[in-house]
Amino acid sequence: MTPTPDEAATKAAPRRARGLHAFANPARFMRLARAIFPFSAVIAATTLIAGVVLGLAVAPPDYQQGDAYRIIFVHVPAASLAMIIYVILALAGAAALIWKHPLADLIGRASAPVGASFTFINLLTGSLWGQPMWGTWWVWDTRLTSMLILFFVYLGYIALHSAFEDPTKGARAAAILALVGVVNLPIIHFSVDWWNTLHQPATIMKLDRPSIDPSMMAPLFLMFVGFIAYYVLMLTIRVRSDIIARRIRNLRLAQSAN
Amino acid sequence: MKRKHKRLLFVVVGMAALGIAAGLIVSAFDENLVFFFSPTELQGKALNPDQRIRIGGLVEEGSLAKETDGVTFRFRVTDLTTAQTVNYKGLLPDLFREGQGVVAEGKMRTDGVFEAEEVLAKHDENYMPREVADALKKSGQWKGQIEAGQ
Repeated sequence: MTPTPDEAATKAAPRRARGLHAFANPARFMRLARAIFPFSAVIAATTLIAGVVLGLAVAPPDYQQGDAYRIIFVHVPAASLAMIIYVILALAGAAALIWKHPLADLIGRASAPVGASFTFINLLTGSLWGQPMWGTWWVWDTRLTSMLILFFVYLGYIALHSAFEDPTKGARAAAILALVGVVNLPIIHFSVDWWNTLHQPATIMKLDRPSIDPSMMAPLFLMFVGFIAYYVLMLTIRVRSDIIARRIRNLRLAQSAN
Repeated sequence: MKRKHKRLLFVVVGMAALGIAAGLIVSAFDENLVFFFSPTELQGKALNPDQRIRIGGLVEEGSLAKETDGVTFRFRVTDLTTAQTVNYKGLLPDLFREGQGVVAEGKMRTDGVFEAEEVLAKHDENYMPREVADALKKSGQWKGQIEAGQ
């Protein structure tokens, strides 16, 4: 049986922490999370408020789309986060499979619903924009389809994690799925270059200069920072509550054994 | 070899195999994953008159005409090499305009006119205020939407 985070923490405590492994220790992570928590909360609140105000009230209307383009301030950061969180999910999966880090699985499990939510927001806002601009809610082009697959992989990860009676088996299956799903990431990103799609090519993530006016880039950047801070905030809350829940369960088990 | 290293090797080899497999699948499906064909690509194709296809490109400047019934449109879709006449009865989306990207779905008639059942506007990746667009056009630095018809 793999040790619970707490057992691992007490066992690892006397040893000196080396490099990144220091943060694989749940007790140490709890301290780090407590320190990060207020910062990420403040950064998320300020950048999101500033981004919404700048994006909705200050940024000028687009020359083609008028005000409808403003959905970009939610749509694009949501897509970035959906993919960044997936990278973290896969890295956590690899760390859990190879090194059996006690924290890696906790981070993966805490991240998946946040990533799934951002993917859903991305699909929803894109659909709402597509109806008036393209003339359709949805098309099966490679960009839209690969993003929908990412959403399903997230849901599959969440489902697999709790599909087994033995939680370590569920964690392993979910970690393998997270690694397999990595092939989808380059497909999502390059779909607009590799194939003809209805979706437009990249505006920001390309070698050329971003093809967006600075007055529109500023709120977009603020929203991106805000989404990142929000994710960090959610991650610290979710991992901390998960560790605490396990402690309580262990205490109950110890009590009932006596 | 420690078990840890064995697992690491297993994951690395597995990921590499998966990547190669995905690459092969994606390149094998290349043609089928295309959302639309350009007018030039369509020329060399033997098309069944009942086959639904999508054609994409730019709406040629000055080509849009409305029939007397007021709901039927006729325009030419160009990839700057070849142009294809499209006939469409229905509402055009907000972003539909001459010089902009468009994707039309329908069937090729025997007389060589494309009968569209659905017309979608294809947006480009440029975002700017109206004043900037006007200034660019004035200074001659306007790149237009050439990319949209690729």
